[in-house]
This record gives sequence, structure tokens and C-alpha cells, in this order.
Amino acid sequence: MSASADFEPTIIGFLCRWCSYTGADLAGTSRVKYPPNMIPLKVMCSGRVDPSLVLKALADGADGVLILGCHPGDCHYHEGNHKTMRRVPMLKSVLQQYGIDPARVRLEWVSASEGDRFAEVVHDFTEEIRALGPQKRVESVA
Amino acid sequence: MDTSKGNGHGASSNGEIRVGVYVCHCGTNIAATVDVAEVVRFAEGLPNVAVAKDYQFMCSEPGQELIQQDITEHKLNRVVVAACSPLMHEPTFRRACAEAGLNPFLFQMANIREQCSWVTTDKPRATEKAKHIVRAAVSRVALHAELQVREVPVNERVLIIGGGIAGIEAALQIADAGKPVILVEREPSIGGRMATFDKTFPTLDCAACILTPKMVSAGQHRNIDIRSYAEVASVSGHVGQFQVSIRRNRRYVDDKKCNGCGLCYQECPAIVSPKSRKVSIEGQPYFVGSYAEGGEARKVTIRQGDRERRKPIKDTPTGDCIFCGKCATACSEVVGAHAIVLRRDESAEAGKQRSLEFNGNCIGCGACVRECPTGALTVTDAQDRQVLHHEMMLGPNKAIRVPTLQAVPNVPFIDEETCIHFRNGGCGHCAEVCPQEAISYDMEEAIEEVEVGSILVATGFDTIDLAPMVQYGWGRYDNVISGLEFEILCHASGSTGGKILKADGTPPKSVAILHCIGSRDEHYHEHCSRVCCMYSLKFAHLVREKVECDVYEFYIDIRAGGKGYEEFYKRLMREDVTFIRGKAAEVTNWPMSPEEEGKLVVKAEDTLLGQIRRVPVDMVILSPALQAREGAQTLAQTLGIGCGGEGFFLERHPKLAPVQTAADGVYVAGACQSPKDIPDSVAQGAAAAANILSLIDKGTFSIEPVVAVIDETLCGGCRTCINMCPYSALSADEERNVAVCESALCKGCGTCVATCPAGAIQQQGYTDAQIRAELEGALGRLAASSAE
Amino acid sequence: MGENGKPKFAMYWAAGCGGCEIGVLDIQEALLDVADFFEIVFWPVAIDAKYKDVEAFEDGYIDLCLFNGSIRSDENRHMAQLLRAKSKILVAFGSCAHEGCIPGLGNQYGTEALMDYAYSLSPSTENPQGLRPQAVYEMPEGDLEIPTLLDVLTPLDAVVNVDYYVPGCPPQPPQILAVMTAIMQGAELPPPGSVIGAGVKTVCDECPRERKEKKIREFKRPGTAQPNPNECLLDQGFICLGPATRSGCDALCVKANAPCRGCYGAPPNVEDQGARMMSAIASVIDSSDPEEIERIIASLDDPLGTFYRFSLAKSSLRRLAR
Repeated sequence: MSASADFEPTIIGFLCRWCSYTGADLAGTSRVKYPPNMIPLKVMCSGRVDPSLVLKALADGADGVLILGCHPGDCHYHEGNHKTMRRVPMLKSVLQQYGIDPARVRLEWVSASEGDRFAEVVHDFTEEIRALGPQKRVESVA
Repeated sequence: MDTSKGNGHGASSNGEIRVGVYVCHCGTNIAATVDVAEVVRFAEGLPNVAVAKDYQFMCSEPGQELIQQDITEHKLNRVVVAACSPLMHEPTFRRACAEAGLNPFLFQMANIREQCSWVTTDKPRATEKAKHIVRAAVSRVALHAELQVREVPVNERVLIIGGGIAGIEAALQIADAGKPVILVEREPSIGGRMATFDKTFPTLDCAACILTPKMVSAGQHRNIDIRSYAEVASVSGHVGQFQVSIRRNRRYVDDKKCNGCGLCYQECPAIVSPKSRKVSIEGQPYFVGSYAEGGEARKVTIRQGDRERRKPIKDTPTGDCIFCGKCATACSEVVGAHAIVLRRDESAEAGKQRSLEFNGNCIGCGACVRECPTGALTVTDAQDRQVLHHEMMLGPNKAIRVPTLQAVPNVPFIDEETCIHFRNGGCGHCAEVCPQEAISYDMEEAIEEVEVGSILVATGFDTIDLAPMVQYGWGRYDNVISGLEFEILCHASGSTGGKILKADGTPPKSVAILHCIGSRDEHYHEHCSRVCCMYSLKFAHLVREKVECDVYEFYIDIRAGGKGYEEFYKRLMREDVTFIRGKAAEVTNWPMSPEEEGKLVVKAEDTLLGQIRRVPVDMVILSPALQAREGAQTLAQTLGIGCGGEGFFLERHPKLAPVQTAADGVYVAGACQSPKDIPDSVAQGAAAAANILSLIDKGTFSIEPVVAVIDETLCGGCRTCINMCPYSALSADEERNVAVCESALCKGCGTCVATCPAGAIQQQGYTDAQIRAELEGALGRLAASSAE
Repeated sequence: MGENGKPKFAMYWAAGCGGCEIGVLDIQEALLDVADFFEIVFWPVAIDAKYKDVEAFEDGYIDLCLFNGSIRSDENRHMAQLLRAKSKILVAFGSCAHEGCIPGLGNQYGTEALMDYAYSLSPSTENPQGLRPQAVYEMPEGDLEIPTLLDVLTPLDAVVNVDYYVPGCPPQPPQILAVMTAIMQGAELPPPGSVIGAGVKTVCDECPRERKEKKIREFKRPGTAQPNPNECLLDQGFICLGPATRSGCDALCVKANAPCRGCYGAPPNVEDQGARMMSAIASVIDSSDPEEIERIIASLDDPLGTFYRFSLAKSSLRRLAR
């Protein structure tokens, strides 16, 4: 799959309300700039994100999915992020086997005070997905 | 595409869905980067949108009124505001909707400021992103359902776990406000760590003088029920209505009958520290006491290097002893110790020989001496008397005792390890002398069930175990002692009467105080224990005050951030204390020069001189790190709260909610949350009391409806979810083979929802259908069910 | 209704193993009632009939058509469209028609790779000339045609509207009988698009094993370890798809001490059975150390085939091109 310079990836971001969403807000109040390719979705905890939502995002048009939660040990709900930490590698192993680059799904920890890091992660992931190119889909089978 | 298979997009409400979309300019904050008019035009074309408008400041009064008018005029049943972050103004707009008669949860906020206009430079692309965000919100809101905030009543009674200064302060504040408090303390008396301190920094107030009145007030307060020598066994329920089991340990003294007269411990023949006494016959010393037997005594033996195993006498005494046997009778029949055996050797050639033999049961009580008609037996201090710092106590050193004479409640307890009755069934003196008949040797452990509305955890701290830190010599050298041991050594009620003595009973000529033992050390604890600098300075002052000697402080930095603390440091510098800037590396007794002979040598790099120094001293005081209590993790699990990386209880927010926890109705105060000095602990105790009183005064607690709901018609009872919940909100109903959720305990993280393989659990406000619709909106596919 | 007043019945076998046909035979003597109640107008396994006979039917001529097998070839697709037009009620019968089933796993390789394997690479194949089936072969008597494979395999409802789904690989005879009996007795059928012949809970609801706690430190497979017959297989570390599988089979496999493989498909509220099961299983991995988690996941052979054994062709993944 060839990367094209004018390809603008579509990315879905699942942001946990306590750390990452607040960190994203902080990036905003600090006026840190980052690519507008990621559409953020707020969830209460990264532990709410199950693989079927990630797969649906990819199937419905996302080229990449970013899941952001609190750093391990800082989860507002103790260990919700630990569940995500287990689900994402499982999902990646299935994607890999199916022939989809597992790099299209990324799990990162961003705390409420890491506005800069939030921007950095989004920037980095956008560029990685840009390099991977668009996720192809089977549009019609009938 | 397949949408036919009844995959349950949650029904919204009956009839037509009419969404109002309001796009905020936020002055130029949004409008400068996002083409607001374009977003409005886009929103107008989205399914279900009845009206779309823009306004300068949606959060202003006129902005809110605009929405409220439209709710009536356009019969809106859903509202989307595209503006700032929901963390900023979601409550504002929810309220506005509610005032206009629309359920506040039929509202959705689209964040096009913090996460769009402020972070993007390219206007067309920012506008494009804003459209996606708005479309996601419109798509989602169609599936929103009416939700109700739930109110649960709050029981006025408060449980406080831990009767240290933080817990006492909180108990008094709450009780003074007329609310009942149950104060559970693990030790036999409240007072906590502070009760073992001699003086407090930086004012050098006598700790007991300021603490005792508070302990007494707590003990006498009609609204405070103290459960000392007790622990919390289990907690169930939720904010407002907790059910707590309190395990009351066997004290063997009925606290309802005991009047605190103290006759029992005055009469008790069993002395805790027998090593300091000996029974001798006619001047010939026979060391007695049984160190070889289990428990603490055994540990002591090991610590002492097992220098001298005590042996019973074998030789026949001569002189005044007439071998009448009264001593043995007293020992067996009065004390019940059977420690003296009178032997007759009939077969010996030298005629009948008799001998007295002491066995390991002797605890040096002296009953035999009282019975001895000839004065052949005496009890004296042992000749090798040691000042055993770790063994010192502040109260009576008897098997039945109170921790200090100021104990609250002033009810003694029996230490089974020392008590003659529990060793061999004898004695029973205390029960005989007790005028109240309060003593009962067959008392059982009791479980008491109580109901409370809120819980304060104030369990304090432990100090780091010094035994594994062999480089500092604690446990190997008698004159290396810990900070807490020094406190008791220095205490007027301690065994030396407040005299600072080395193990051989003589005063030290030089003392080294070692800071940061286990703190600020990546091998042990990274954190600063916060109080050590100041108490180490206090130690220096106390040593200088009581003994004429040199004092060295080995420190990394002096952290004196507190009211009057820096001044205290300055004062100590004037008091001829030698400050050596360098963390002590080790303490040894290996002399390398004549002046080091017979001394402890502290080795450290003096970072101001830039060289290694060896300082010979007589006594070393270690300032060990404060760490979380052993068992903190278990208690945290019992209560559904968290522990941070260092094991201290986790507050809800480190700055803005320092005494609240992730569990509603559970609060923390004092050093169990992080190392704290007395003023800070008291402040937190009072702060927690204010939080609790505010909860009680309101009378009810509102539970956000973002909770998990289980559809029992779909649940197959696989139990995958049960362990997912950190708050024990989920449990298995054996009979119906389904999982059930106690919504008052649920915090709405949604982890179980994402785990449920049957799709039987949904999170209100974040249902699968809502998130799927939001995804479809964000990606440009609108949910089929919302388009109908 | 035909001249004899009997409703007309058809059954068709597309890309599948034929187990569904056997499933119908397994209702045993009740089959006689079915044969008596209906007029069988098309059922290649049971009666002689040609495609041209079906093409000659009026639209809606068939009252009930049970369609089993998935859509693998242009022939399957043609027959699906033909039978849709000719049938009043079209039922996706069995896992292949419902969700693609085992043949759907071929979607992870692509048609070319499947042909390569079948005609060249498989260990038992001897084909030095590299012969491949040709769609059209010219003979003096005229052209011979055989069906060609489609790019991807799909369940029935990807090519035509489906009225009802009867899940299972194969559907269990008692469930088939219940469905046939309901239809023959004229019972009111649920709204079109519904799953019939199955429950709404999960296999766990029918599973008699004792369930305690799920904590997985290692994945076990039957054959390498012997499961305790009384305890939940997942509790023991065997991957059992029961928790994410619709009930209705009466926990057939687990009662035989074999883990559920998921043939009854997703329960009502679940969009993607494999993803759901993956989420549940991963969540109960007993570690919070990323490296150890990787290790535990690596102990699971063939995760895609394990979680999506029956549902790959109906999952979100089927919409993604590799």
C-alpha cells in the first residue's frame, strides 16, 4: 500500500474522561497545535473500549484508532486501564492474523497534565497512519 | 448492509426526534478558526435536526435562553451545543435544558474549542473537524434516553478507622456537631503515634500535654463510641448506607465493668521485661526468664545474638536456705508458674542432698522472695542489665496493662504471651483482685455489626523495617536505635524515666542522627517522608538538652518547609549541633584508628567537603522512612478505594479533593494518605470532618446515572464481569443464574460493559448503541435507527 | 398454495458441508409430517428438480424456503437471488447461511490463495502441470461452464433480504422440529429479521458446569490437557465461546466435555461475536505486566480462528480488505 502525500488519514480517538480527555483539553487551553485528523470520542474509562468498537471504527471508515487512558496505577477506577492493556494486544494479534497492520490500533497513556504529550501522540500516530496509507474496505459484496 | 438483525439500538423515546444544534462562537475563540456559519448549515442538513443556530456566547444568559425558547417553540426533544469542553460547561447546559422541562440527559456537548479550534491552524480543516464532531454528537443524541439522578439517604453515624491524632480530631469535630461516631482503634488505647512522642517540633510542646486532653474528650464524649483493640473486618453497602463488621479482639477485660482502678496491673506478678530482673539465692545470681520461647522473646534473643542462654541452677545453695520449699509452693500454687523445683537426691553418698532448681517458667515475679522465711532469696536488677530500647514501654510493664497511664479507654488488656495464666493456667491474681469482676480469661473474639453512612480512614503510617537494611547495623549493634525507639527512650514515662542511656546504662558522649533511611532512596522509597528532617532536629535538641555530648546530623538536604520550621533549624545550628551534608552509607563497629575503638563508626560522603568521613560515635539514631501501613492494600480493597504507587491511600484528587477518595462516602486523613506531620494530620482530620458533616447535613447523596445496567433476559450467568468491578458492585445471583449490579456502588467506568460477552450489560449514557452511533456520525455514516 | 392446497416447501444447499440437510433428516419420523404437510417443490437432496424448474415458478410461488450454505460462488449467488424472488419466506438455515461459518475463514486468505492451496500447495496434492479448473471449457458439443468463486464469501443476507435466521452448525433437530411445528401449526412468527429456533441468552445459561472465577494465566486446549467435567471450562483456562454464543443447542458440546466453539452465533445484543469474546477473554488475563500479557496471549494458537470460527464472514473484519 503506497503512502500518498495528499492522503489525510481519518482517525478515531477514544479518550478516557479523567486523564486523556482532560489532557486533550489542556493541550487546547495551552494552544498546542496538532493535526486535525483525529475525531475524539469521550468514554468514562479506557476500560469501556472493547475490540468490537475499534473494529467497527475501522470498518466504518477510520484508517487508525487511538485509545488513550490513564497511566497504569493512575486509573480513576483503579484498574480499568489494565483491562484495556490486555484487550489491545489480543485485538492486535487477531488483526495481524487477518492481514491488517496492527499499527493501525494504538494504546497510549496520557495523563491530565500531559497536554504536550497528548499533541505529540496524536501527531505521531497521524503520521504513522499517513505512512501506512488508507485502510481498504470491501464496499459491496452483492 | 445488514441492519436487519435486531441488534438492539436502544430505543430513545416515542415519536419524532427533534434535535436543536447550537454552535458557539465563543467570541473569536472558536469563530476565528472554525467557520461557524458553515457548521450551522451543515448541521441543518443532518437527520433529525429541527433547528440549528449560532450565537456569540452560548453559555451566557441570552445564549441559554435561546435554547430554552427553542425547546418550547420547536418542540425540541434533543439538544446539542457545540462549544467548549463538556468538562467546562456541560453542567450549565444540562441545567438550562432541565429548566426548560427537558430531561438534562437528552443533551450532548460537542467540544469544538479545546479539541478543535484551539489546536488547529488551518481554518477549512478545523471547520471540517468541527463538522465531524457535531455530526457525531447529533447522531449520538438521538439515542439518548431520559435518565434520573438517584438520591440515597445518608445514615448520620460515622465510622472512623484509626484513633490517632487525625482520627481523634475528626471524631471530635463530628461529635461536637451532634452526630454519632464509632472510632475503631487497633491498639488498646487511642492516641496513635503521637502518644508515644515526648516533645513535638518545632515548638517542643510536650506531646502528652496537648494530646491527652483530646483523648479524654473523645473518651468522654457522649457521641463517640470507642472500639479499641478492634479492627474493621468487612465493609459492604455504599455511600449513605455502609454495613460494617468490627472484630473485637480478646482483651480479657470487660470494658463495661472495668473502672480503670489499676489494681490488676499493680498486683500482676508477670513482668514483661524479665531480662532486667533476676532471682538470686544468697547473692549467687541465677539469671532467669525464658527467652528461648516463641514470639517476641525469641526475636529478642536472636537480636541479642543469643549471648547468654539462661540456665537453671544446678549447684546446691548453702547458707541461709533451709530448703523449706515455701518458695516452690508459692511459685506453684500462688503464681502457678511451677518454676521452682525442690529436689531431693536420696541416693547420694553425701547423704540426703536437696537442691532448688529454676526452670524456664520463671519470669522474675518475686513471689518466692515474699514467701522466703530466711531471706535467702532476693530479686534484684540483673547485673548485666541492658537498656533494651526496642522493649521499652510507656505504661506498666506487666502482663495485664494499659499502653500508657493516660490510656483512653482506661481499660487494661492481657498480653497472652507474658501472662502466667495463659502460659500454664496458674496465677489468676488479677481476676482475684479486680473489684469489678471485669476480668474473664475465657473471653472470645467478638464480631459487631454496625451501620454507618460514611467512613473516614485515618490509619496512619508504619516505619520502614530496618532489619533488612544491614548497612545501618540496626539489630546488630545495641546502640543503633530507630527514631520511634528514641522517642520512648526520651519519654518521661519510659523505662529509663526519660534518661538517654546506651545499652550498658551509661549516657552517650556522642550521638549521630542519620536522615533519609529508606526515604529518597530508589532502593527503598523514592518519596520524601517529610517529617524526618524536623524530628531529627528535635532529637538533636533533646539529646543536647539531656546529655552533655556531641551530636551529628547526617542529611541530604534539610527540608524545613513549615511554620516555624526554618527558624527551628536555625536555632539548632546555634546549639552546636554538627551538620554533615551527606547521606550516611554505613554504620560499623570496626575501628580503623585508636579513637574509633569501642565506637560505632558512621561513614558518609561529606558533599560540602567533597570527601569521605568516618565519624565515631556512641549511639546512632536512624530516621526511617514513613511508609504505608502493612495491610493498607487489604483495607483499600475492603473499602473500594485505591492505593498509590508507594502504597498510601489514593485521594480523589491530589490538589482539589485531598480527603475524598474514589469511593463515595469514604474519606482519608493523616499519614495514611502520605507522610504528614501533626499539624497537617489535624488539618486533614478536620477537613474530612467538614466533608462528612456536609454529606450528613444534605441528608442524601446524588448518584450520577452513568451506571451499568444488566438486562437479565440476556445475561447467561457466565460471571466474566464479576471480577471486573473494582467496587464490588457486581455479584452473581446463584438462584436466577444472572449477574446483578448494585447501582449505588457502581461508579460508571463501563469496564464490565466492554467485558460482557453476552452484550447484556449496558452503561447508561454510554450504551453500545450510543457509542456506535457516535462513531458512525464521526465517520460520516449515520446510524440507521436514528435516521428513521 | 398449489392445486392440492398444500403449502410449497423448498430447501437448497449452497456453499456448505451438508450437515444442515442431515439436521433436517435428524428430526426423524416427524419428517413424514413435514412431507405430508408441505408439497416439496425443490430440494435437490430429496427430489429430482432442475434449476430451470425453479426459474419457471412464479414469484412468491414457494411458501417456505430453507437456504443452507454460504455464498461462495456466482452459482450460489444466482440461486440465492432466484429463490429470494420465488419464496414468500426465505430462511437462512444454519451457520453458513447465517454468518458464513467455517468456509468464511477462507476470507482471511483470499480466493487466489485458496485456489493455490487446493490445487498446488496442499501436502496431498500432486499437480505437476499446475492444472486449474476453467470457468468455460470448449467442447465440440458446445461450451461447458462451471461456477466461479467470488472474491469473498458472504452469508446469505449480504446478497438478498432474509426473513428469518435459524442458527447452528448444524441447527439442532429439536430446534428444527420446533420451528417446523410452529410454522405447520400456523403460529404467529416473530417480525422479519428475527432469529428463530434458538434462545436469547447464552450457552452458559444451559451449561450445567459450576462457575467460580475467571483468571487466565495460560490458554489450554483440549487434547493437551484434560478438562474437569464439572467446572466451567473458561475457569480452567480452556477457551469456550459459550459466554458469547446464543443459547439453543442445550450446551451440547460442553456437556460432552468439549468447549463451545460458537456455532449458534452472536446473542441478540452483540454485533461482533468474535470481538466480544476476545474482549471478555483478554479482560480476565491474570496479569498487568505488558510483557507477561504478550506471553499469555502468545500461548493462544490461532486467535482469529478461535474467536471467529463461525462468524468471520459476518464480523466487522469482513468489511476490511487486507
